[in-house]
Amino acid sequence: MRHAMRIETSYLDPALDGRASSLGAAAGARLGHPVRFALVDAVLVDRPLPPGPCVDAFVDPVVQVADVDAWAAARPALAGWSALLEVAWRPGVTDALALTACEALEFALGRDALGDARFSTARQYLVYGELRAGDAEALAASLHNPLVQSALVIGSAEWKAGARPPTKHPAPGAHDPAEPAWFDLAAMDDDALGRLSAERVLALSGEELAAIRAHYADPETRRRREAAGLPPEASDVELEMLAQTWSEHCKHKIFNADIEYRTPEGTRSIRSLFKTYIRATTEALAPSKPFLRSVFTDNAGVVVFHPGQALCVKAETHNSPSALDPYGGAITGIVGVNRDVLGTGMGAKPIFNTDVLCFAPPSTPDAEVPEGLIAPRDVLEGVHRGIVDGGNQSGIPTVAGAFLFDESWLGKPLVFCGTGGVMPEFLDGEPSWEKSIRPGDLAVMLGGRVGKDGIHGATFSSQALDESSPVGAVQIGDPIIQKRMTDFLLEARDAGLYRFVTDNGAGGLSSSLGEMARESGGVRVDLDACPLKYPGLSPWEILVSESQERMSLAVPPESLDAFMDLARRRGVEATAVGEFLDSGSVEIRANGGRTVGLLPLEFLHDGLPRMKLRAALPAATRGAGPVPERSDWTPVLFDILAEPNVASKEAWIRQYDHEVQARSVEKPMVGLRRDAPGDGAVIRADLGNFRGYTVTHGVCPRYGLDDAYRMAACAVDEAYRAHVALGGDPERAAALDNFCWPDPVESETTPDGAAKLAALVRACEGLSEACLAYGLPLVSGKDSMKNDARAGGRTISSIPTLLVTLAGAIDDVRKASSTDFLEEGDLVYLLGSTPGALGGSMLERVDGADKRARGEDGPSYGRAPIPDFAAAKALYATVHKGISGRMIRSCHDLSDGGLAAALAESCLGGRLGITARVDGLPGLDPGAPDYAARALFAEDPSRFVVSIRRVDRERFETTFAAHPFRLLGVLDGEPRLELRRGGEVLVRATLDALEAAFKTPLVPGGRP
Amino acid sequence: MNVRAIVLAGYGFNSDPELVEAFRLAGATPERLHLSDLLADPALLEGAAIVALPGGFSFGDHLGSAQVVANLLRTRLSDALRAHHERGGLTLGICNGFQALVKSGFLPWPESGERSVTLVHNESGRFVDDWVRVSFDASGACAWTKGLSPRELPIRHGEGRFTARDAAVLERVEREGLVALRYEGVNPNGSANGIAGLRDPSGRVIGLMPHPEAFLLPENHPLRRRGFEGGTGLPFFENAVKAAAAAF
Repeated sequence: MRHAMRIETSYLDPALDGRASSLGAAAGARLGHPVRFALVDAVLVDRPLPPGPCVDAFVDPVVQVADVDAWAAARPALAGWSALLEVAWRPGVTDALALTACEALEFALGRDALGDARFSTARQYLVYGELRAGDAEALAASLHNPLVQSALVIGSAEWKAGARPPTKHPAPGAHDPAEPAWFDLAAMDDDALGRLSAERVLALSGEELAAIRAHYADPETRRRREAAGLPPEASDVELEMLAQTWSEHCKHKIFNADIEYRTPEGTRSIRSLFKTYIRATTEALAPSKPFLRSVFTDNAGVVVFHPGQALCVKAETHNSPSALDPYGGAITGIVGVNRDVLGTGMGAKPIFNTDVLCFAPPSTPDAEVPEGLIAPRDVLEGVHRGIVDGGNQSGIPTVAGAFLFDESWLGKPLVFCGTGGVMPEFLDGEPSWEKSIRPGDLAVMLGGRVGKDGIHGATFSSQALDESSPVGAVQIGDPIIQKRMTDFLLEARDAGLYRFVTDNGAGGLSSSLGEMARESGGVRVDLDACPLKYPGLSPWEILVSESQERMSLAVPPESLDAFMDLARRRGVEATAVGEFLDSGSVEIRANGGRTVGLLPLEFLHDGLPRMKLRAALPAATRGAGPVPERSDWTPVLFDILAEPNVASKEAWIRQYDHEVQARSVEKPMVGLRRDAPGDGAVIRADLGNFRGYTVTHGVCPRYGLDDAYRMAACAVDEAYRAHVALGGDPERAAALDNFCWPDPVESETTPDGAAKLAALVRACEGLSEACLAYGLPLVSGKDSMKNDARAGGRTISSIPTLLVTLAGAIDDVRKASSTDFLEEGDLVYLLGSTPGALGGSMLERVDGADKRARGEDGPSYGRAPIPDFAAAKALYATVHKGISGRMIRSCHDLSDGGLAAALAESCLGGRLGITARVDGLPGLDPGAPDYAARALFAEDPSRFVVSIRRVDRERFETTFAAHPFRLLGVLDGEPRLELRRGGEVLVRATLDALEAAFKTPLVPGGRP
Repeated sequence: MNVRAIVLAGYGFNSDPELVEAFRLAGATPERLHLSDLLADPALLEGAAIVALPGGFSFGDHLGSAQVVANLLRTRLSDALRAHHERGGLTLGICNGFQALVKSGFLPWPESGERSVTLVHNESGRFVDDWVRVSFDASGACAWTKGLSPRELPIRHGEGRFTARDAAVLERVEREGLVALRYEGVNPNGSANGIAGLRDPSGRVIGLMPHPEAFLLPENHPLRRRGFEGGTGLPFFENAVKAAAAAF
């Protein structure tokens, strides 16, 4: 065994380390008594290197000091600690710091001096203060995720007795590459096939397995295999490739299924939800939407809102990985969706990220978190940290998003990651969104090396989360590797060095090259050529590994040298791993060039039997309980503003970089003190002119408690009205749909699957009708259909959730509007009709939150809101006129918490108070017994609070004469919000009190 | 007048496109140069009037912010950078670029190259994105900040807390008047003396945490609808281009 080397870096004055003070404060809050931290970073090398250059490479001598093969923990400056915690990555998990440490020393010493040295890193937390029994272990547990990291605890007494952290980390289990296994499928009965599928995490159904068995039994298949020197049995390589390609994640089987749909009115059949509701919607709109370029075919939708620039948009989810490893799951989600736009057309540069994050309430007591699941506040912290690092380090601004909370997300969080990218509309005169592959082009893998990380991600996410979920499915993205690859790729694009590019995501090479093979008509993949992180991967593992930061390209032979040379100069790994052919099949070679897999393209892509599913819509049962009368609604408004769904997320959002790239105009936090919520983002398209884009969201899962149709229609309306509120052009916007559903396939474990599938049908109907009515083509989308967790003896299923993301055009960003009131003396109006729907509202939630937290049904305030599409569309056109003509000075769309919450937010933004009269709201029955509740808190869609100059009153009222509106009051300079009905004061609160409620920390005891 | 401005890029720097745009708007002829190309041929700096290091996360800041780039500047590029400086060239580091300049010893005293100040993790321990008010040394001692009135600029960093090795260094920095920018009102990261940016004694080298290149249009400002005092970030670059044009 070689001598190993350990270099530790610590601060000369630990008080200078801000990381340590914030971690110490968080640890103290967790333990309930104060502790302090000091941090030590360690780099371990498995062979000795000259210490001088190592110290130089790792240490900032102004404030830090190094210990080479000695312990920082023994330094006098760090003396007095009670426990030492050390966290290290498990073997085989991406250790980004180690890669950089290696590269830094490569610069300093030269490649040859390093030889085959292996680097790993660890972080030490020295804890100061009195620790009770179990405290150190509890802190260690909070500082690492045992799936991907190991933690060591050494108490001060043990240290004195000689206990020390390791000076060497174990290597990933290295063994000789396995020979492929062969399976005689023809000899297997259905049970045996089912067992095979379960053992190998293939996630294939009985019908699918039977189709595969039939393929291998086909004499034509046998003849072809014999000609290629292959046995009639199926190899593990082939089975894995089929399983990845046929996974729910990749093929969207539920959205393409034949559905027998039963409703109280009758039964009908639906052939593919996707074709019926999604594609048909866009096709119907296409003639009137000339900005569409590429929809549904590529990794992201492509539109041209501004001549010369193509915009690619995409949103994904990364729920299952985030449930297991919140940080790794989220960071991988965000850098993964960035690769989607990078791999769209000839390659687009990401210019914005969005994130909509759904968790169980952070206040959930630990006792209510089933064994095997991570506490919601830790999921929130971890996912947030992943989004921060993933976006910020990539140099992509996080411009918009949301945090949502519901008890049903205790099983799996929903982590929606969206992104937009731009590319020139034409490259060298050719449309940038088109690409092709010719036989003879080389299949090139670009980016990181292949390891065992992320094996079975596609099939795993197609299942419920349970104790047997594969650990390898977790990966940790490295934004810097990807940033370097992105820079290189765009440089190579502009130099015309490749013909086709796509993302290497779920299913790894098996999916990317398998898809690309359709372009030329075949591919030969040489797995021997794939660079590996460490030896010992079986051929099937190399093929399906989801190791991150990789793209697949088709490079013409004549460009290969120039491509490879540029990659080498930019420090990006690129390898030719095969050749595109017109053979009609995918051929896999491994273990010395032997053929280990041969699948006809036709069977691989079209051999999947169509799923047949049953949907049954239960008769509507939602009752309308009475809304309790109150004489003073102020406390209710405070409760709503403090409810985590509504409360300020400033402390979290401020950690997202939303200024990088210099495009930012309308920011996530707005107003005089930059602490009020905006409706969405406005960013510049280019830096040389005033053209821009809007980015907005709509997501209303609570309305689905009543009817998923209403949830979907309201989500579309919310995203669209926010686009309008920002000043976006109502005629130029494109939508993305992301469905996150509980398993909608009826089975023993999911007896209510037919009802959940019916909800999916209803959501598709709502989505389609709203998009058709508003003229919003759906340009891309994704579905995640297994958001269930089985833990602690129960199943926790996500409520059906549809996220609508909108990217739209704004011709002049200087005219973008915002939500905050501008000036004393301005008049404030409500625009739009208020029928008074309270079903699924925030009022319903705060009134029943306690009951629902106990798993009981909360109160029901009746039907959820529903848009009046025609009235809304006409209103939006007029609002757009008012904003672009600068008559409307502020515009806030009404959503969670209704009119009262929107007014409070606009007042806070401008630090301007108002006495508003809420009687006579158009649409609301003045005689209704619960008028006050509905006027203040109904969540009817398609409404805005706007402000105008007093002098514009007549012009404004003339402009909006055809629409429902109500003058609420004047911004009178008093620092309070008062809502009155006639002589009756319904709400009276100072702006300071509203601010205090709004700034209630999400995590109890945490920062606001 | 043709002022060549080289903007370094690659390895995780990420604000190079807007920095290129800032120099273009200021009247220079900017060129984006990948650090790997410069390492292969340091003579590429010859003929440049301005060399600028942008913000970002070079090498992921994995070993500390800009640690790897700072070592490359010190060990592989110090002759080329110093020659550029001695030719009368201007040098700029923003955010990650500022971290690289101080950690390589190029600031505040390029001649000695001694590492005496640095930027550590924010006092809060967290990354922060916000707009902050800064005042400038408008006296003319610094080519970049001459005549600039106080204004708001965006910041976005996790490691921006200015720290000197000891009290004597901090005192010398102040005595020599090398503080080119200071936070006004709110000190967002715990920087000693509210120092937001530093120049060298010649006034041609500057490093700063705030991002003037992310404020090229009044509409970038959070108070765009309300009016605000001071201008955009553009005059900062115009100053430099003017100075470079006079010198070259």
